Amino acid sequence: MLESYVRKRLLEKGILLMTHLVVGYPSLDGCREMVRAMVEAGVDLVELQIPFSEPVADGPVILRANHGALKTGITVRTCLEFAGGLASQFPIPFLVMTYYNIPFRFGLDNFARVLSEKGLYGVIVPDLPPEEAEHHVSAMRKEGLGAVFILSPETSVSRMARITETASGFVYCVARRGVTGARTRFSPEIVSYLARCRKVSPLPIAVGFGLRERADLNFLRGKADIAVIGTETIRAMEREGADGVRAFMRGLV
Amino acid sequence: MNRKGYYGELGGMFVPEVLIRTFEELVAAFEEARDDPGFQQEYQEILSSYSCRPTPLTFARNLSEYLGGAAIYVKREDLGHTGAHKINNVMGQGLLAERMGKKRVIAETGAGQHGIATATMAARFGFQCTIYMGEVDVARQRPNVFWMEQLGAQVVSVRDGSRTLKDAMNEAFRDWATNMSDTHYVLGTASGPHPFPEMVTYFQSVIGREARAQILERAGRLPARVYACVGGGSNAMGIFSGFLHDPVELVGVEAGGKGLTSGLHASRLASGQGTVGVAQGYKTYFLQDQDGQMKGTHSIAAGLDYVGVSPILSHLRDRGRVRVEAAEDAEVLEAFSLVLRKEGLIPALESAHAFAGAFREIPEMSRQDLVIINQSGRGDKDIFTIAEALGDPGWRNFLREKAEADRA
Ligand SMILES: Cc1ncc(COP(=O)(O)O)c(C=O)c1O
Repeated sequence: MLESYVRKRLLEKGILLMTHLVVGYPSLDGCREMVRAMVEAGVDLVELQIPFSEPVADGPVILRANHGALKTGITVRTCLEFAGGLASQFPIPFLVMTYYNIPFRFGLDNFARVLSEKGLYGVIVPDLPPEEAEHHVSAMRKEGLGAVFILSPETSVSRMARITETASGFVYCVARRGVTGARTRFSPEIVSYLARCRKVSPLPIAVGFGLRERADLNFLRGKADIAVIGTETIRAMEREGADGVRAFMRGLV
Repeated sequence: MNRKGYYGELGGMFVPEVLIRTFEELVAAFEEARDDPGFQQEYQEILSSYSCRPTPLTFARNLSEYLGGAAIYVKREDLGHTGAHKINNVMGQGLLAERMGKKRVIAETGAGQHGIATATMAARFGFQCTIYMGEVDVARQRPNVFWMEQLGAQVVSVRDGSRTLKDAMNEAFRDWATNMSDTHYVLGTASGPHPFPEMVTYFQSVIGREARAQILERAGRLPARVYACVGGGSNAMGIFSGFLHDPVELVGVEAGGKGLTSGLHASRLASGQGTVGVAQGYKTYFLQDQDGQMKGTHSIAAGLDYVGVSPILSHLRDRGRVRVEAAEDAEVLEAFSLVLRKEGLIPALESAHAFAGAFREIPEMSRQDLVIINQSGRGDKDIFTIAEALGDPGWRNFLREKAEADRA
């Protein structure tokens, strides 16, 4: 379902745009306004992060957004309800991004079932390597949801092949080492890395971490299928609210 | 399915993809080193010539008489270089980092003991060094921050989350995810993703090996019980591993803080309030809420103020091989004072938990029994915390006068 959406959309556009927000930061209403602005600006997919107290793959901006959301007292159930509301209100696919303890505590089968009921398309779990993900993957598969896995410049080609076999929907290629936030310099090293990912992966490939501007998207056109704007989406919101997000997104596409 | 690094259902390696290769390399380097007699020799040599191994086993005659139960022996990890058992692990990982060609080491620290040990090792090996420490711990362990900086380390105060050990650990992982090519992360306890629980236990097992040989030599028989405090679990796993196959009861003592019903403690196992979850790269018992968000913890001892606990130790607890108790702040201070007055030993506040747990039970034991208490570290580093907790008037005056003199 996720993969076919991406493939269909790619027939119309050279590269898709996926954005990221942390549910409950700065507030649920604030999130809804951001999503409205994104959809109006032509965003193709949105990653909704269910906040976690220990977001180890995230840099300072998203880390603080996680803690900011948790300070409002938001629960996982509320996040899922809210995500379901967005899915029924807006005509684009929504994915859940969260750390493994959240679905683990919720119950992996239960989590997949609720995601499916809410009309969500899949899930990205940055601290869950495929070796630990057997149950998670089967739960997602049973509900027809995308289980997105991550590739990195450190990942060997043979491992890439194994990961893309486990994954469904698309694979998420982090553009560089490190955590979210810091700017990525698009170098020849990245070109050959993305070529490796492309060659190995039967799934569409998304690229994220450190993307900030139109030039980054232009660079990725032809090399990747989805460009992910995470931290910079949240920064635009922090600077100028939903209108800022709209203007920023329009400048990108 | 890869079951390496699992202890029952606990343990594992839950790390971002970008770090997987680094972990695979570390596992391979550790396994190779462990099987290499040259490495063993180098490790033992550095522990005996640079630190102070073997550390003594001290018979606590006065305390034994005072409590009137089992005879008490104290394993003196406080006498190792930098004043705690942490040095055993750090020197092992330093040798490993050197073998792997790393140029820089990073570490998390709570009490600052592991940070000091790592900064010391970095100075000795010629590594660059960055230590991550929660802002709360920076404030309460200032003397250790001073020493780390004097040793040439950069100390980064972590201002996110609960601003304690777990947050420092997250920040160290973030650094490592960026700088893995030249950097080794010296994790300080028997927790975290595989291979750290196994590797840190391995490097700390020298404590138990020595203690077992020493008590057999001194007393001619095994102890009835061995006590150790439990933060992440490294000093406990270190001493317990010497007695796992003996008829010896192993007792871990966690931080009971202000009481197990107060919400202000760090007792993941004894309280029954810890539940299995996945954070900080591994699966174990965490103090977490319904949703899986980590809770704040409290202990008078910064080194025990941690939300997770060794998966190996937890598994031993689940199997009934280790018993885990908790000691509260007030009880720990009392035990601390008693050890000073009766024996002239100064345990770290962390180690004082092991004494407190033991003191509760020793009077009920037979005079024929022996116990070993692991004094994991020395307490002079805690002078500010202890003087404040004891409300020492002379110390308070001293601070006031110092501050005034400084201002003038
Ligand atoms: C002296 C001392 N004992 C015990 C601990 C607790 O750690 P662990 O449970 O890993 O031994 C610390 C931690 O900083 C410490 O400094």
